[in-house]
Amino acid sequence: MEKRVVFQNRYLPYLLIAPQIAITIIFFFWPASQAVVQSVLREDAFGTRSYFVGLENFIALFEDEYYLNSFKITALFSTLVTTIGLSLSLLLAVTADRLVRGTTAYKTLLIWPYAVAPAVAGALWGFVFLPGPGIFAWLLLQAGVDWNFHLNGDQAMFVVVVAATWKQISYNFLFFLAGLQSIPKSLIEAAAIDGAGPIRRFWTVVFPLLSPTLFFLVVVNVVYAFFETFGVIHSLTRGGPAKSTEILVYKVWYDGFEAQDLGGSAAQSVILMVIVIALTVVQFRYIERKVHY
Amino acid sequence: MIERRPVANAFGHLMLVAMIVIVAFPIYLAVIAASHTIQDVSQTPMPLLPGAELLENTARALFDGPQLVGVSGSTPAIVLMMNSLIMAISIAVGKIIISLLSAFAIVYFRFPLKNFFFWMIFITLMLPVEVRIIPTYKIVADLGLLDTYTGLVLPLIASATATFLFRQFFMTVPDELVEAARIDGAGPMRFFFDILVPLTRTSIAAMFVIQFIYGWNQYLWPLLIASDYKYQTIVLAIGRLIRAPDAFYEWPVIMGMAVLALLPPVLVVVLMQRWFVKGLVETEK
Repeated sequence: MEKRVVFQNRYLPYLLIAPQIAITIIFFFWPASQAVVQSVLREDAFGTRSYFVGLENFIALFEDEYYLNSFKITALFSTLVTTIGLSLSLLLAVTADRLVRGTTAYKTLLIWPYAVAPAVAGALWGFVFLPGPGIFAWLLLQAGVDWNFHLNGDQAMFVVVVAATWKQISYNFLFFLAGLQSIPKSLIEAAAIDGAGPIRRFWTVVFPLLSPTLFFLVVVNVVYAFFETFGVIHSLTRGGPAKSTEILVYKVWYDGFEAQDLGGSAAQSVILMVIVIALTVVQFRYIERKVHY
Repeated sequence: MIERRPVANAFGHLMLVAMIVIVAFPIYLAVIAASHTIQDVSQTPMPLLPGAELLENTARALFDGPQLVGVSGSTPAIVLMMNSLIMAISIAVGKIIISLLSAFAIVYFRFPLKNFFFWMIFITLMLPVEVRIIPTYKIVADLGLLDTYTGLVLPLIASATATFLFRQFFMTVPDELVEAARIDGAGPMRFFFDILVPLTRTSIAAMFVIQFIYGWNQYLWPLLIASDYKYQTIVLAIGRLIRAPDAFYEWPVIMGMAVLALLPPVLVVVLMQRWFVKGLVETEK
């Protein structure tokens, strides 16, 4: 796409685009290339000199059981956040879309968790599940569960998933509702005239037409679970207990800043970069050839 | 609506209301905790109905901050919120300004390397802070920007999404406007300020809402940059307080602070809902 009418000026466009490009180079391209360079270097014991080690940092990572474990944890965490979040919000959106009255009010009352920071979401749910004053912790204790998410890894994962999903439901709900409202009513009416009940109509007409929205939301939610949940983990569990909630993004920060393993952390950064690029490519290939029916 | 199903409808309303209650529950509980004395909240379980101390606890959070045993000094929420506000507004305004300028250059000029620059901006989408964390920290440190507002804001104001959004909008502006402006003798900057920017104001408002929330809710970046409490944000403080090691927790004040931390962005979303939804939908196009 190009404009037919443009302005003539030799220097002005460079001046206009300069601030954006300067920040992009200084704070994006330069550090990203540094991460790639550091990932093949190792510092000596005194931190004074570094030397080339080839792929050794990467090999060490994939031989490190904690790193492999962190991969598994991230996979489990993002699968749970994505599936639970999407199913719940789809159910809510379908329900709200069916109702004639109140849809706007429900929308207003459901969208605001989007504005809550992941770290604050973690703090709120951490308090609800806190052994002692926490209401849900108390209910679970009454039900006979030995509840303490600061000590039990599975319980910690549960709380982290609840907090991360809670924050994302409003976003999914908004997009599902918009997708549902853009489906022509005539299609659904035609199916009804042919004798299809509400459930049949949903699976044969509505759901296939909603699949572009669903696919888009899957990518967005996976990206969210991978990269935007650092605050949830840091405020709720600090990756623990015993590294049971240490997702990749948390580990890259921990190894770099707390454990001071620059080469290892840089190698992890490079792996994360590959993951983001893969996800972005998937997202944009899909957008180019939108699913048609 | 095809069939009339009063029972199903009633059930639908019931389910949505139940969900709204569940979604709001943790915040309700935070407000309740903030309205009691520390002794009441330390009961198992804590009370579920509001107490009388809300104002006092909120005032403590705002002007004193919670007292923690084993942690020296505490920062009043008013200072933290001020930092959050400075960060959120600077990021939102900064992103909007540099993205308007670069979108203007990309749409309204032809120049060598234009596509190269466009792709450079596009690729930043693939490089979130999390994947270049230590080198970016090092650069900010080398520039002497640790513990400064510039360090908190500047690295975050490059924006591919805002640039795309404004580019998309500029493409829909009729060419006749440029021609008319030229005939009247207006140069490019005159056209930009007097015609283009006023036309873009709804997109600017939508972008502002989205980016304000983004800036207010930053966590990892201030965690790296702001070690001096004078520059810490309220969201960062909540994340730290909630797991402070061996601290004696003053829950009413901490939960009061959590409510203060989420109130401004939630108010922005609720009061500016129209622009918020527009911004969300458009940035994902």
